[in-house]
Amino acid sequence: MTQEQGVQMTAVEINGVDKVFETRTGQVQALDSIDLTVAAGEFVSLIGPSGCGKSTLMRLVADLDEPTGGTISVFGKTPRTARLDQEYGIAFQQAGLLPWRTVAGNVALPLELHGVASAARSARVTELLDMVGLSDFADRYPDQLSGGMQQRVAIARALAEQPRLLLMDEPFGALDEMTREKMQTELVRISAETGAAVVFVTHSIPEAVFLSDRVVVMSPRPGRIQQIVPMRLGVDAQRAARTEELREERGFFEMVTAVREALHGGSPIATGARGVENR
Amino acid sequence: MTDTRRSSRPPGAVSRSREAAPEVSIRRSAPTRPANNSAPRRELARWGWGLAGILVVALLWEGYKAIGPADGVVLGETRVLPRTTDLAMPHIWEMLARLGEPVTRADDALPLWAVVALAALTTLGIAAAGWLVGVVVGIGFALIMQRWRLAEWGLLPWIVISQTVPLIAFAPVVKSWGSRVEIGAFEWQDWMSVALIASYLAFFPIAIGALKGLQSPDRIHEELMQTYAAGYWQTLVKLRMPAAVPYLLPALRLGAANAVIGAVVAEVSTGLQGGIGRILIQFAGQASGDPAKAWGPIFGSIVLGLVAAGSVALLGVMLKNYRRTEESA
Repeated sequence: MTQEQGVQMTAVEINGVDKVFETRTGQVQALDSIDLTVAAGEFVSLIGPSGCGKSTLMRLVADLDEPTGGTISVFGKTPRTARLDQEYGIAFQQAGLLPWRTVAGNVALPLELHGVASAARSARVTELLDMVGLSDFADRYPDQLSGGMQQRVAIARALAEQPRLLLMDEPFGALDEMTREKMQTELVRISAETGAAVVFVTHSIPEAVFLSDRVVVMSPRPGRIQQIVPMRLGVDAQRAARTEELREERGFFEMVTAVREALHGGSPIATGARGVENR
Repeated sequence: MTDTRRSSRPPGAVSRSREAAPEVSIRRSAPTRPANNSAPRRELARWGWGLAGILVVALLWEGYKAIGPADGVVLGETRVLPRTTDLAMPHIWEMLARLGEPVTRADDALPLWAVVALAALTTLGIAAAGWLVGVVVGIGFALIMQRWRLAEWGLLPWIVISQTVPLIAFAPVVKSWGSRVEIGAFEWQDWMSVALIASYLAFFPIAIGALKGLQSPDRIHEELMQTYAAGYWQTLVKLRMPAAVPYLLPALRLGAANAVIGAVVAEVSTGLQGGIGRILIQFAGQASGDPAKAWGPIFGSIVLGLVAAGSVALLGVMLKNYRRTEESA
């Protein structure tokens, strides 16, 4: 399904992107000749150890930073134009809600900034809060919510303007394991509902495998794409069909193993004593 | 998009960006506040402690007066503790009783408390005008300094230095400048000099507090506004201004207290009639014959300061939602 759309339209196209940071101790090559294409509606995870530049790459797509070399296009536009046109929604590791605004007020913020009329705004907010299951909490303040709920508000806010691309930088990184799995299931549902492409930065292999159509494995110093692992789960089944049961299936573990081995440079030794039959 | 500047915050700055503590469950019910039923009791306790503090001061006063030597405690040539005579230290009840007596022996004289209250109200009005000017100027400076880093480097040292100018020396100069101002029908009044001096003291903490507040939004919030393609003004109104409230409120309170002090001192040094500064001096001059009377304006100025600070506290209650933090309580 997603592949057919992908032929027509790419969400993100990254060509030979370099990023060098100037620091006091000299230059740091954060990204080195990155090529990556994300199709419309595709869910792509970026995974790798700290310092591999996965967050940096996402920030370049979001136009929060500029590449030193190479080109990025988002729906055929420059990242800057895409940002000004509100082509993407974004969520960070911290929910980043404004503490003085209610849940509804936080979700309404982007709509408010872009001059959406009051009636349309509140209708959209109701719809979004319903989608993330927080309808009863519209009038609460962020400090009255748990970490998971705050993050759901942040996701609702990112979806407010029906972006075709969702950028997520470890959005569940600060959550406990149980909340995290629950949120992943919800994200699968939400991304299937909205049909948006997702670029998802994470540290967690099972998270990447569970969510993604493709997992981009990156290596540090300099940040490079080591391997792109397609998730057979995603090709076989529609995204909405990913349920909790998937986490216990054999195919899931095979994919986890595949990503893990890619992360460790394809060497099974690094992952410890283990059978190598699935290599 | 404008450049959103990162400000390096001083280490003591309140940060809302702490890692959100992981929580195990999704809370479905409202967080119950156990303090609900004990809140009135705590309120009562606060008043109780406040009263106790006043009582302690009164007891110290009367205690020292009772046991201290009449000539005070003198070490070498220096008197380290005051005389305890009725002239130097009237009994507290005498000071309070004096408030109810007529201010002079004239037949139509108002009671002392009424004279003090009227003078305090006059000063309060002048201080309020000065405070308002200070708020406008202070926030204006803060906005300029937040917008342009260069302005912060250029202005901030001068703002700090401005506060080292001795007020007493300054006040008559302002008055004489003011007396030359005449624009059309507008004529500079003496009280305006006093208000100006009050604003001079008031703007300082407000400028500093507002600057810190406007610079307080976390990077994540600034970047979020950037992803929304929000410009400078939108970011200011939707993010910086609300985020500045918790910093601004204490600054406004400090500014209010400064405005009162500035007004009183300026009244004294410019010799403005009608305010509490004037009667403070006038009644102190009469202290040899009527020692308790001099304390009336002193109490008056204390109440004045409390009223000024209290009014700002009221402002804080109205803006309480802007004082929330992101973490769950």
